[in-house]
Amino acid sequence: MIAHRHLLGIAPLSPADITTILDLSETYVTLNRQRDKHVERLRGRTQVNLFFEASTRTQASFELAGKRLGADVLSMQIAASSMRKGETLIDTAVTLNAMHPDLLVVRHGESGAVDLLAQKVNCAVVNAGDGRHEHPTQALLDALTIRRRKGRLQRLTVAICGDIANSRVARSNILCLNAMENRVRVIAPPTLLPAGIERFGVEVFTDMEEGLKGCDVVMMLRIQNERLDGAAVPSRREYFHRYGLTADKLALAAPDAIVMHPGPMNRGVEIDPNVADDIDRSVISEQVEMGVAVRMAVLDLLAGGRGDGA
Amino acid sequence: MITHLVNARLIDPATGRDAPGALRLRGGVIEDVAWGAFPVPGEGRVVDCGGQALAPGLIDMRVFVGEPGARHRESHRSAGEAAAAGGVTTLVQQPDTTPPLDEAALVQFTLARARQASPVNVHAMGALTRGLAGRDMTEQRFLLDAGAVALTDADHAVADAKVFLSCLRYATSTGALVVHHPQEPALSAGTCATSGEFASRLGLPAVPALAERMMLARDLALVEATGARYHADMLSTEAALGPLSRAREAGLPVTAGVSIHHLTLNEFDIADYRTFFKLAPPLRAETDREAMVAAVASGEVDVIVSSHLPWDEEAKRLPFESAATGAVGLETFLPACLRLVHAGRMTLAALFERASLAPARLLGLPGGRLARGAPADLVLFDPDAPFVLDRDTLHAKSRNTPFDRQRMQGRVRGTWVAGVRVFG
Repeated sequence: MIAHRHLLGIAPLSPADITTILDLSETYVTLNRQRDKHVERLRGRTQVNLFFEASTRTQASFELAGKRLGADVLSMQIAASSMRKGETLIDTAVTLNAMHPDLLVVRHGESGAVDLLAQKVNCAVVNAGDGRHEHPTQALLDALTIRRRKGRLQRLTVAICGDIANSRVARSNILCLNAMENRVRVIAPPTLLPAGIERFGVEVFTDMEEGLKGCDVVMMLRIQNERLDGAAVPSRREYFHRYGLTADKLALAAPDAIVMHPGPMNRGVEIDPNVADDIDRSVISEQVEMGVAVRMAVLDLLAGGRGDGA
Repeated sequence: MITHLVNARLIDPATGRDAPGALRLRGGVIEDVAWGAFPVPGEGRVVDCGGQALAPGLIDMRVFVGEPGARHRESHRSAGEAAAAGGVTTLVQQPDTTPPLDEAALVQFTLARARQASPVNVHAMGALTRGLAGRDMTEQRFLLDAGAVALTDADHAVADAKVFLSCLRYATSTGALVVHHPQEPALSAGTCATSGEFASRLGLPAVPALAERMMLARDLALVEATGARYHADMLSTEAALGPLSRAREAGLPVTAGVSIHHLTLNEFDIADYRTFFKLAPPLRAETDREAMVAAVASGEVDVIVSSHLPWDEEAKRLPFESAATGAVGLETFLPACLRLVHAGRMTLAALFERASLAPARLLGLPGGRLARGAPADLVLFDPDAPFVLDRDTLHAKSRNTPFDRQRMQGRVRGTWVAGVRVFG
C-alpha cells in the first residue's frame, strides 16, 4: 500500500513508497512475460488517459497497463492548439468526472496543470508528465530498470546528461535517485541547466568527460530540435561533439555502466547509434518493458481496491 | 457642516507626530487640529473615535480600474468602494485600460466617470507612449492638461532606449513625472516566476532578478543625461537598490515605489501553483523581500502601492503559466501595510508617510497630512484588531487576493473623503 490518493510526482513519495511500487512492479514484469498477460485487478474500473500533449509511447504504455489489469480504458488526445488550453483543462476535467472514472492519467504541457486538475475530480490522478515539472512513472521505470540491472538502487553514481533545464524526466529522476541515496550528477552546457541546480543535491558538470568518470549509470535525455539552432546550443554538430554519448566517452564510465534513454531518441544528436544499439550496455528497450510493469503497479496501487472491500 | 472627530490617536506623517487629539472638519477640509486634551466641541456632529488611530487617508498610486474596457473586472464604483473599505481616500488609475489612456479625451472621460461613480478621489496617469506600444510618445502636454498626474506605460516596459530617451527629454519641458516599470523585457517575456531553485523545481519559466536592475540602470543613465523626473513604479529586488541609492546620492530626480505584496510575500507562496500569487514582477526571494522592507523603512524607497489588479475567477482558474497576472490590493492595503508596523519595522507615522504623504508630494496632490486647510480625507482604524480575511467579504468586483484565509491585524473603522464619511 501507498498512502497517496494520486501520483502527481516523485516529490511526495517516501523511499518506502518507491520500494513498494518497484516490488509490485516486479510481479507485473513476470506476468508480462507470460503468454497470458491478464489479471483482473481493475475489473469494472474505468481508466481515462487524457493527453493534452502528443505522446505515442507513454500513452500506449498506460493503455496497455490498464487493459492488462482488466480496466475499461479510454484514451483521449486533446490537441492544445484546437482550444484555449486552460478552459479545456478544467472543463474537460469536470465533464469527465461526471462519467465516474476511477483513474485519470493526464499529460499536459504546463507545469502544475495536473495538480490543478487533480483538485477538480474525485478519482485518482496519475501525472503522465506536466510541463517541465515531473514525470513520475518515467523515474520509477528508470529506477526499476537500474535496480534489476545493478542489483540495487543505492550507492550508485548516476549521470543525467542533456537538456536538464527543460526536462521533467530529469527532475523526477533527481528526486527519485536522491531519495534512494544515490549520487546524482548532471551534465549539460550551462544554457541547459536550470537556475539553482546546485541546490538540487546533485554534482554539476559542464564537461561531459569529467562528469562520466566512474559512473554506474548514464542517463541520456532527449534534446528538442528547436534548442539546437543557436538558442541554447550553437549547432547540432557542436552539441553532438561535446555532449553526444559516443563509445569513447562511455569508456570513461565504469566498465559495466549501463546506458539509458527515455525515448524517443535523436540518433546522432545526443547519442551515437552504435551506443544506443549496444546490447551489452544499452537498456533502452528494457526501459520500455519496465514502463508497462511500473504503470500497472501504480494503477493497481491507486485503484486496485485494496482496503475498500472490493 | 462641521464634524468633530474627538478622542483620537492622531497620526501625522508630515511631522511624525503620533499622539492623542481631535480634528474639526468643515467644508471638506481640516479646519483645526487639536493635539493633547481635546476641546469641548461647539456646534456640529461629534464622532468619538474611542482612542483609535486617525490618519490621513492612504493615497494609492498604482490601481487598475477596468473603465474603459473591462468593467466586469472593476468599475470606478467597485474600486472606490473597495478603496474606502481599505482606508484609501485617493487612488491613481493606471492607463492600461482598453483603450489605453493615451489621449487627453480618454483621460477626461475616465476622470469624469470616476467623479460620478467613485466615493473616493480618483486621479489617472496618462500613457507614456501611444497604445502603450513603446514606439511613439503621447501628447504629454495635452494629457497633463486633461488631468493626468504622471505618465507611464503601466506594466509595459519601454524596451527601446531611444524612445525612452525621447520621452524623458521631452518631459523636461512639460514637467511630467515619468513612471516606469523597470523589467528588462527580453528576459521577462513569457516568464511567471523568479529564477532560482524554487522555480526550477516547479518547472516554471523564470526571469532572473537582475532583469530589474538592468532596466533600472538603463533608465538611470537616461535620467542622468536628461534630468527628467523619474519614478520606478515597483522595485522588488535587492540588486536594484544599489543603483537607486547611487542615483540619489548623485542628486538625480529619482524616486521609487514597492508593492505591498513584495513587502509581505515571497517566492515560496507560489507553492502548489497558487495562481493568486502570480504577480508582476514575480514574487522574489526572502532576502529580496527583507531588503525591500529595510529600504522602505529607511525611506530609500519612497512609496508603497497596492498594485491593485483585479481579475475575474476564470482568468485565475488556469494552470499557473496561463493564468492572469496580478492581485487585488485596495481593500487589504492598510491591514497588509500594518504587518510592517506589527513586525516592528516601521512606525505608524512612517507608514503613512510612504503610503500617503510621499505619493501626494510626488504627484502634486494635497493630501497626506493632518494640518489646517488639508483635505478632510481621513482613515480611522484599530491597528490591532485581528481577523482572518475571507475573500468573499471583499467589496471589489474581483476577489483575487493573495491574503485569503490569512491572519491580518488592523481594521478600518471609518473613512472620510472631503469630510464626508464614505465607509464605516
